Order: sequence, then C-alpha cells, then structure tokens
Amino acid sequence: MTLEQLFQSNPYEMKAEDKKKMMFQEISSLTKLHRERCEPYENINKALPAQHEEGMIEDLPFLPVRLFKLAELRSVEKEAVIKTLTSSGTTSQVVSRIFLDKETSLFQTKALVTIVKSYLGNQRLPMIIVDSPNVIKDRTSFSARGAGIMGLINFGRNHFYLLNESMEINWEGLEQFLEAHKGQEILLFGFTFMVWKYFYKAALEQNKKISLGKSILIHSGGWKKLLDEAVDNETFKSRIKDQLGIERIHNFYGMVEQVGSIFMECEHGRLHTPSFADLLVRDPQTLEVLPNGEQGIIQVMSLLPRSYPGHNLLTEDLGTILGEDNCPCGRHGKSFVVHGRLPAAELRGCSDTHAFDSGGNNGNTSSQI
Amino acid sequence: MENKLRKIFAETLNISEEQVTDGLEYNSIPEWDSISHMALIATLDDEFNIMMETEDVIDLSSFAKAKEILSKYGVQF
Repeated sequence: MTLEQLFQSNPYEMKAEDKKKMMFQEISSLTKLHRERCEPYENINKALPAQHEEGMIEDLPFLPVRLFKLAELRSVEKEAVIKTLTSSGTTSQVVSRIFLDKETSLFQTKALVTIVKSYLGNQRLPMIIVDSPNVIKDRTSFSARGAGIMGLINFGRNHFYLLNESMEINWEGLEQFLEAHKGQEILLFGFTFMVWKYFYKAALEQNKKISLGKSILIHSGGWKKLLDEAVDNETFKSRIKDQLGIERIHNFYGMVEQVGSIFMECEHGRLHTPSFADLLVRDPQTLEVLPNGEQGIIQVMSLLPRSYPGHNLLTEDLGTILGEDNCPCGRHGKSFVVHGRLPAAELRGCSDTHAFDSGGNNGNTSSQI
Repeated sequence: MENKLRKIFAETLNISEEQVTDGLEYNSIPEWDSISHMALIATLDDEFNIMMETEDVIDLSSFAKAKEILSKYGVQF
C-alpha cells in the first residue's frame, strides 16, 4: 500500500500480520533512502552490523531522538527545506532541529487529518486554542507547541486563542465565543500542562465554573510537570470535566521528531498506533525488545519522514504495550500507555551515570542512550 | 467570480493580483504558508458563505484547486 492509500483508509483497520509485513518493507526502504541521501546517517549506519534482507522490524537500525540535537540530519538540499521544527527541551540548552520539505510536510498534514477525522468527523468545529497567539509568531520555525497548534488548526474554524501574552484567560472573549457558538460542538486544543495550569487551575482559583457542554478537548505534550503534582490522566479528565464541563477528552502521544503520525487515546484510555506508524518497547538496559505488558523504552516508527532520517527512533519515554488488535474500543493496531520520561533523560554525555544514579528512581539504566 | 477569488487571494496573502495564477501553489511562496492559509480559508468561508470540510482545507493547495473545490460548494466560475 502506498502512503496515499493509507491516508484514504481507516487508520485503525490493518491487521497485525499485514502490518508487520508492511512496516518491515517500508521502514527498510526508508532506511535505504536516507542512507543514500543523508551522509551523517549513512556514516552511522556504516558503523553498525549489516542487516539481513529477511530480518525482523526490530533488527532495523534506529536512532536515539537526541541525535537530532547533536547533528544536522537532512536528507534533502538546504534549499528544499520549507520549515524547521524545534523541540522544546525544558531543561536543555540544545534543541532538536527537524527539517521539512514540501513532501514530508504534506504527508504530516494528511496523516494527522486521517487520524483526527476518525475521531472528529470531517466537519470543522468552532475551535478554542488554549495558548497565546504568540506561539506561532515566527512563521518559518515552529516550536513543538507551534507545530501542534498548526497541525490541529485545520480541524477548526473561527479560531479563538484563549490566553493573552501573559498567559491569562481572556474571559470576555471566551464568553463571546461561547455565545456565538451556543449549542454547537466545540473543539479545544492545547498542551496538557497549559490546559491544566492556565485554564483549569486559573478557572479554579478565580472560582469560575463553566460548561463547555458538547465539546471535545485534544491535548498533548507530556505529563512530566503534572506528575510532579501527582496528576495522572484519570485525575486530569475528572477535574476538567467537573470545572470546565468538557466530556470528551483525548490525549495524544507525539513528538516533534515525528509530527503527523500521532498516537491518539481512545475512549478506553489507551493510545493507539495508526496504520502508518508503529511502536516497540525495549529493555532500558539491554535494549532487547520486551513482550507486551512489560515496561520499557519506547521506540517509534513512522512512514512519513522523507526529508530527515526520523523514521525509526528510540525515544526517552517509558511505556508499556497493552496488546495488539484487541483493544475494547475495536481499533486495530497496538495499544499502549506512556509512563513518563526515562529518569534524567535530559542529561547527556558519559558523566551521566553519577547524576542519574543519585536522581533516578530505579537507578539501573545507565548509558545506552 | 474568478476575479473575486483572485482578489481574495491577493489580499489575504498580501501579494499582487498578477501573482495569482492557476499555477500558484501552497508553500511555493513565503506569503502562502500554513498560517496565511488559515486566514485564506476563513476569508473564503465568509466571502462565499460556505463551510469547507477539513479535507478540502488540506486539498486547497493551488489557485486552480481552489476553483475546483469551491465549485463543489456551489460557487460557479
């Protein structure tokens, strides 16, 4: 199946057997393509043991995500780059840079539409963006937040930015927006932490209880800051439902290194792989692939990246695969949960071990990545 | 009607009307990027009193394509 065909079909209907075959073929050929077009990537591959043609998906070479912080990895000419995405590493000074050409950018948009429309339908909804318009000010270089917003913005109309430059809620504007779209289904999008701190908590502190009624909130960006406050997904959902009246809430797991092929949370609280992306979980110490049900480091594969070698990446996140083709929601593909970041994942270099051992909570994952 | 559409393109993308030809494509000039695209879609929705679906928002990738998509919503060229 070509990517275009995958975009035309339901992203959650491919069966495990077909998926396995397709992923191996496609990821192998993407590896070949990037080896030809990206010299640093080729150099890394040359240093690895040769792959067998008849191998398994887990044997194909993958890059640690942080490599995009250290090297300029591009598989197209500089002139062909139309957009550069940057990561929002909170504690690190070095940001990842992801180079997009027209083709990859279009694939990302189409992949996202294929996934999100299976949840929202094809009608654009009045949309509240839980952020300030500043976040998309620079038009050629987007942060992770900007890229997320630009991706989801296509599903909305009459866009309203909830926050001003000082991250305060524009209550008057919100009132007008809700009045204008009374009785309609509203789409809200924001980063998990932004929604929690600047919408939910601000409303709570200012004693404002609102009812967004028939609305759907999509959020992403990670739980790190919320876990520090002991807020998990269930707490997040129930508090927001209570204070803001939002009934349908879907998280998604995604990263700036693989924009487009996101993993959406279903009605049963599980994240799902779409047809054009896949996931493995590896042992943090040995990097062996773990069976379903065991927690380890998440590896993500995506068929979209053509302008940069980001099709097969080892993340710095911990997760557990719950099953394949057997989620109670009926979607095919793998279903999984993310537990958060690998402890001290932002640290780097060979002096990591000490800081890791004293700061990590299981102290056994030293220096593989 | 084509003139009206050309005018909308020129005004929302902030380019001259001469630049708005059938071959004008999304992301081929700095002025037509993802952000101005949203402004363009909003203006088209308003001006022609329609509500384009998500897929059409994505597909509207050239001036020629815009005419084709708007025709689907009953706008005649």
